[in-house]
Amino acid sequence: MHCSALANARRVVIDKRVANVVQAVAGIGDGATIHISGFGEAGNPTELIHALIDQGARELTVVSNNAGNGHLGLAALLEAGRVRKVICSFPRSSHAEVFIGLYRAGKIELELVPQGTLAERIRAGGAGIGAFYTPTTVGTPLAAGKEVRTINGRDYVLEYPIRADFALVKAELADRWGNLVFRMAARNFGPPMCMAADTTIVQVRRIVERGEIDPEHVVTPGIFVDRIVEVAKPISEVAVLLGKASAP
Amino acid sequence: MSAPLTRAQMAWRVAQDIPNGAYVNLGIGMPEIVANYLPPDREVVFHCENGVLGMGPMPAAGKEDYELISAGKRPVTLVAGGAFVHSADSFAMIRGGHIDICVLGAFQVSVKGDLANWSTGEPDAVPAVGGAMDLAVGARRVFVISEHCTKQGAPKIVARCSYPLTAVGVVSTIYTDLAVIDVTNGGLLVRELIQSLDLADLQRRTGAPLSLARDWRALVAPELP
Repeated sequence: MHCSALANARRVVIDKRVANVVQAVAGIGDGATIHISGFGEAGNPTELIHALIDQGARELTVVSNNAGNGHLGLAALLEAGRVRKVICSFPRSSHAEVFIGLYRAGKIELELVPQGTLAERIRAGGAGIGAFYTPTTVGTPLAAGKEVRTINGRDYVLEYPIRADFALVKAELADRWGNLVFRMAARNFGPPMCMAADTTIVQVRRIVERGEIDPEHVVTPGIFVDRIVEVAKPISEVAVLLGKASAP
Repeated sequence: MSAPLTRAQMAWRVAQDIPNGAYVNLGIGMPEIVANYLPPDREVVFHCENGVLGMGPMPAAGKEDYELISAGKRPVTLVAGGAFVHSADSFAMIRGGHIDICVLGAFQVSVKGDLANWSTGEPDAVPAVGGAMDLAVGARRVFVISEHCTKQGAPKIVARCSYPLTAVGVVSTIYTDLAVIDVTNGGLLVRELIQSLDLADLQRRTGAPLSLARDWRALVAPELP
């Protein structure tokens, strides 16, 4: 009887899909810390960022490897004056004029973190690690003020995890449970960032049926993902930079 | 062949020292062209810190895919057997000692193998470090490829770096347009020297004491376009 009662009960399904990017970024408040995936022009969740600009959250702290290209995506968010602080490894890329202008004008704070330390701090944030020691930055200005410990004869610098309130990530495929497949080098910071946010929001080129993604090929399992939105034809930031496409 | 090496010849010279089977990361700039001069009999796996293991040559014009780029953000290809990884795993490869050789450019290298290649420390410069510090401490061997002196003629090989350090005591070998120099516990050892210079000439262009390896030889490279 118990079993049939269960079978007759209305099933509540796990469905992380949202209808559009506006719903995807709902609830991001002023002062939030946000992970944004991407390296150069690969893997940037440009449509989610533009939805966030329209949504209006301010005083944001953004964690991302770079600090925006041209005048779209993260650069547009910076240009709109929404970001108080950037935590990144390489803010001075070839199309980073927006960040550079804000930085020189003293209008934005920068925490410079070596790329591997940035990735590991985010990973640690998602993995429940309290802190870790890394050999990177020992003896350099970026270790200033940090604890150094000698372990088995080698010096290491203490680094703390970075968690975010929200992660904005771009992937290739998802199912409604939020299992993700990435595409080539657009994977970069996506998987660790998905793990390290209270709410992880992912735009994907295509949403497929549950079971269509081979479980052996799932890169980020849905346990790390909260909202999925389909953006079938995401803008190519590099095409805009090269003048081959127009900005949204 | 007595003139200083061209940039292509410097890259060629580095490529000769990359052994078969090596996992190699090429830094942004001049290090990237080292891949063009690898002897054809060697199988080497190129790693890019943005998550590409098995980087192949540039794609043909019109075949560029900007989701397949190098750390220098240029379109590349993936060789058969290549793999994509996320950034935390990519830096586990680097920091965990799985990368055999990293080739990096330099502003300065010290007699102790200290490397300065990320910042000139100018007050109005926007600081940016990328993966340089992780690569410098993590790779098993760090090769530096650089002109011997700055454009103003100042030595780049120095007793002590005046620019902010990237890492301490990490450089194994320095490949310049004038010489190939090993960083050893006993100091800087010149293994190869272009034929138009003698050790005294090279010493005048170098900010730290040099000694000549017992088995030193002439630094010669083929004519390259």
